[in-house]
This record gives sequence, structure tokens and C-alpha cells, in this order.
Amino acid sequence: MKTQALWIAGLVAMPFAAQAQTEISWWHAMSGANGEVVNKIATDFNASQSEYVVKPVFKGTYPETLNAGIAAFRAGQAPDIIQVFDVGTGVMMAAQGAVKPVAEVLEEGGFKFDKSQYLAGIVGYYSTPEGDMLSFPYNSSSPVMYYNKDIFTKAGLDAENPPKTWADVWTAARKIKESGAATCGYTSTWLTWIHTETFAAWNDTPWATNENGLAGQPELEIDSPLYVKHFQELADLAKEGVFVYGGRTSEAKQNFTSGECGILTESSGGLGDIVKAGINYGIGQLPYDETAPGAPQNTTPGGASLWVMGGKSDETYKGVAAFFNYLSQTPVQQHLHEQSGYLPVTMAAYEATKASGFYQTNPAREVPILQMSGKPPTANSKGVRAANLPQLRDIQNEEYEKMLAGQQDAATALKNAAERGNAAIKEAYGN
Amino acid sequence: MRRTVFPHKLLPWLLLAPQLAITLIFFYWPAAQAFRQSVLREDAFGLKTTFVGLANFRKVLGDPAYLNALQVTVIFSALVAFFAMGIALFLAVQAEKVIRGKGFYRTLMIWPYAVAPAIAGMLWLFMFNPSFGTLAWPLRQMGISWNPLLNSNHAMTLVVAASVWKQISYNFLFFVAGLQAIPRSLLEAAAIDGATRRHSFWTIVFPLLAPTTFFLLVVNTVYALFDTFGIIHAVTSGGPGKSTETLVYKVYNDGFVNLIMGDSAAQSVILMLIVIALTAFQFRFIERRVHYG
Repeated sequence: MKTQALWIAGLVAMPFAAQAQTEISWWHAMSGANGEVVNKIATDFNASQSEYVVKPVFKGTYPETLNAGIAAFRAGQAPDIIQVFDVGTGVMMAAQGAVKPVAEVLEEGGFKFDKSQYLAGIVGYYSTPEGDMLSFPYNSSSPVMYYNKDIFTKAGLDAENPPKTWADVWTAARKIKESGAATCGYTSTWLTWIHTETFAAWNDTPWATNENGLAGQPELEIDSPLYVKHFQELADLAKEGVFVYGGRTSEAKQNFTSGECGILTESSGGLGDIVKAGINYGIGQLPYDETAPGAPQNTTPGGASLWVMGGKSDETYKGVAAFFNYLSQTPVQQHLHEQSGYLPVTMAAYEATKASGFYQTNPAREVPILQMSGKPPTANSKGVRAANLPQLRDIQNEEYEKMLAGQQDAATALKNAAERGNAAIKEAYGN
Repeated sequence: MRRTVFPHKLLPWLLLAPQLAITLIFFYWPAAQAFRQSVLREDAFGLKTTFVGLANFRKVLGDPAYLNALQVTVIFSALVAFFAMGIALFLAVQAEKVIRGKGFYRTLMIWPYAVAPAIAGMLWLFMFNPSFGTLAWPLRQMGISWNPLLNSNHAMTLVVAASVWKQISYNFLFFVAGLQAIPRSLLEAAAIDGATRRHSFWTIVFPLLAPTTFFLLVVNTVYALFDTFGIIHAVTSGGPGKSTETLVYKVYNDGFVNLIMGDSAAQSVILMLIVIALTAFQFRFIERRVHYG
């Protein structure tokens, strides 16, 4: 009886205790192990202070989360913080008035926002052309090359020395197929992200005008000779059966984990599944085109960032600022990096991870960071942006599929993708 | 005849209220919203809204991709309705002949209906995945270079097969019921007159099943138009190219992936008109030929 009375008293008292704190809602798209990291970060932050309570809510996949956020905003019920994937960045940036720039939130919250503390490649992507950070880079990844060491050895290739250029990859892939070491030499996830958008940055060639859309309305230039050469090589390999197409997003990972293909290009964030598959893998940096001057340049971040929605109370913004400040602290970033496989956001966290000897035992984990921050970004390598990037990727996928099915050559596919894409861009930007 | 007069004025309305409320909230209100959206052009967040009249409709109807989706939908729906009904009828007739364990067979046949479309899609996707699918391997051994990821016909075959498989149970159930309603005496009389099984099926059973067949035709057409979204989403996402993008899938893709609300709403309105016209047509012309016995 007594415990029951205490329970009731506790229940009655709880809302009053909670009322003193400001609640901050955080919608995210992290499931599985990455979802646990989100919950741990929120719990730790809530325990570290008593003024604010961050409430993470899982909203499904990246597109589902974005849609839920948009629908909630239209209904006047937007969350305080929402995680939006890289492709949705342009959508969020076009929504002036619906979002509040992170740099502004941090400064109003009394924190000094020092851009130089953050990894340049990451912060550049989530900033305006003037350099104001718009969203907080929560989880960033970069495409890398995975290869099956057993298949390499069987095919008579050097398993400790993975190919560095695309030409070398094609040679190795053909050798894998011809020697019978595997039925497929090479496969890749995300032809749009890896072979088009990252290809542009890594080989320092424009994806579109206006700094790839970062400085204004873009006009696609993906039908230029370097792309045509690259995609024709891919189409030829597909015809020979050396390159196997897996699908539009990350389906091709299965072709690699099943041992069907010897080489895979995929996000650094995809490491978990490859480890789980138990194959003897190696990681190399993303291949580049040796004919491109200045290649390899730097890769751009994929993944997602946290956006602050507009029209909230000052108290809420103060809480968000405190939370983001907490998120950028070195131990938190280091934990995030080591647990989830995503990249650290600050230089200090990177240095701390390095000092801890983490990369000595996991050298592959440093590859995406080195790729991303090896050189200061050029106008071609800060990332790509369009208000309708999901639609552009759809169009590209359709044309690439027709090309790989042998219905058209690379020049036609890329010309169609650029023309259809540019028409869609004009429509989206209203001119 | 005496007309029954109910004394209450309010009570009938009160009793109808829950049903009316559901219809209004879940059918009429969204439909009205679709109409409203279809004449507006808006950014995803609804920050800037402009009235554009029928411009969205003009744009949609002039879009080759939309005409492609229309064509895909016609082919897809015809294939699904034909095979789902044909196979179900065949199975129902065969199940009639079973003497022992009839109930058991029937229960087994009805099971797939309980499977959610997205899950049915995943099942077929895994079975026919070109790299690790259990059933893709024998196809390859037979010399068919099976690849639904790039070959449009293979992709279409796969989504049709999955959609048909899922709908067979439902059709089967109705055909079994329809077959049981056919008087035995007619079949026996035909047998005495020397009709073969085949002959008596086409001249007696099939015509007498017409009401069931007609009902299923309407249901299956609507099923192929709308309920197969989950399967297409899971299996092909409309690809390769745009070869399995049906009208419903395009509404979803334009609205929720590409965030072009006006186009998407205009397409929903057109779809609504198509379904109204199709159902009206089926009832007006095909139903006349139906013999209700």
C-alpha cells in the first residue's frame, strides 16, 4: 500500500518537475545501431544539465522523415530539430522562413561559432556561399572502395595494393572475371551519388554551373566528355558482364557481401554490413580518373545534417544551441565516430581519435576523412545542390538503367539526363 | 402498400452519423483537398502558393512520362486481372473435384491473401533476385539471362506475378462460392445428354458464373490500379527506367519523392475520374451481358 501511494505521488509530481524544463523534439531517421547512438547522445545530454530535455523520435527512412517534417510544418506542428539527408539539403535551403540557420541559433544561444574548428569539407557543404553554416552536420560519410582480398589473391592480384584509378579498377575487374575468381568483377551502389556527384568533386570537374548549384540555380553539365568516357567504360563492362548493376541505392552491397563481386564502391557508412558478412575485405580510397587534371581532389560528404525549424520560442532555441554545443564536444564526437562509423565533425575530435590509436587498429576508418580533407575544396568539390535533387537523381537513374540495358550509349544517356534534368530544374526554380 | 412512417426525425441521422462522419473525413475531405491542390502551384513547405488554374493538368497531360505511365498501367492491369482471375477459376474448378480434404485445400489456397502487399513484393524480390534468388538460379541454368534490374520485360513479369499471386486467393474464394451455387441438376442433365466436361464448363458453368466474374473484374481492376502500389514500391520502385511506373506510383513519386504537390494532386484527380468512368462503364455495358440467374 505504501509503495503504491508513493507511486501515485510520484506520478502526480512528475509533470510539475518536467514543466520546469524545456522540451526539444528531435526527429531522426537512424535505425539499428545508429539509432542506439542517437538515444545515448540524447540521454547523456539530458543527464548533463537540468534545463532542457531532448526527445528523439524515430520517423522512418530519410525520405519518410523529411516528408513527415514537411507535413508537420504545413500543419503547424513542426519538430524543433529534424535530421535531413544530403539530398534534401537543397529542399531545406530553398525553404527560407521554415528553417533557422544553425550559426544564428548557436550565436544567439551565447556560443561562439568558430568555423575553423570544423572539418572544411563538411562545413562547406552545409553553408551558404557566404559561409554561414545552415545546418549541423550530424552524420557524414564518403564513398570508398571495398575489395574482397580472397578473390584478389585467387585472381592473381595484389591483395595488399588495391587499384587506385578507374582504369586500374577495370583491369582488375576484368582479371577477376576472366580468371574465374568471381562471376562479377565490380559493382557499385548509388551510381548517382558515387559516379556522378562525387565523381565530379573527386576529379575536379563541374557537375553543374554556379558552383554546382551552391551559388545559385544550377544548370547540369553531366554530359561533358569526362562523364561520357567514364560511363561508356561502365556500359562496356556491363555488356561484358564484368560490371553488375545492383540497383539505384545500396542494393549492390549484397552482390559484394555474397561473394559474387570482387570490388565494390559504397558509402563508408556501409562498413557494418560488410564486417557482419565476415568476408576478408580491404578498403581503398575511391578510384579517380587518371586523365582528369588535379584528380584526386577531395570527396564531398553524404549522410545527413540536423536542421532547426523556424518560428520556435527563444527558450527552445537556447536549448537547441546548448544541445549542438554539446554535440560538437570532442568526447561526444569521438564516441559518435567510433561507434557509428560516421565521420567526426570537428578537427579536435579527429585529432583525439588519431591520438587514441584508433586508426592504428582500424586504418580503413581514416580513409574517408583523408579523402574529404586532403585538399582544400575547389568550386567543383564543395558538393552539389539543387532544390529538386531527388528528382534529378531519379532522372539520372532512369537514363543509366537504359544505358546499362544496352538501349542507348553513354553519350545519349548523359545528354538525356542533363536535358531532362535541366527542364526539371527550371520548373522547380520557377522559370 | 402501406408506407412505413418512422416517428423520429433525429434518431436516423444520429444512427447514420458515424458512417457519414467517416465518409466525409476519410473520403470527401481528402478528395476536396486533392481538387484544391491540383489548381495550385506550391513549394514543398507551402510557403509560396500561386493559383494556376488548369496549368497542372495541361502539364501532366502533355508529359510523355505521364503517357508512358498510362500505357504501363493499362498493360499491367490487364495482365493482372486476366491472370489473377484465370488461374483462380482454374484452381477453383480443380478444387471442386477434390473429394477428400476439400476444406484443407481451400484453406491453403486462401492463405496468400493474408500477406501484406509489401511483404509479398519482398518475397518475390528475394526469390527472383538475380544474384542470390532461389528461383533466379534455375532460370539462369535454363539459359535465360534473368535480370529484372535492367530488363523491362523481366521487371514487368515479376511485378505482375507477385500481384497475381496475391490476388488469386481472393478470386478463388469467390469462384468457389459461385461454383457451389450452380445447380447440380443442370450439370447432370448435360452429362446425360452426352456433353463433355469441357463443353458443359463453357456452356453451363462459365455463363452461370458471370455475376461472380463480373464482380471480380471490377474488384481486380481496382486492385491492379491501386492496391499494387506496395508491391511495385518493394520490387522495382517503378524501374528499370520508367517501365513499371504505374499511374498510382507516379502520383506517389511526384508528390512524396519529388515534392511537386500540384502535379501529384492533378494526377490524383485524373486517376479519380478514370476510376469513376471505368466503374460506370463496367456497370453500364458489361453488366447488361451478365446473367444473374
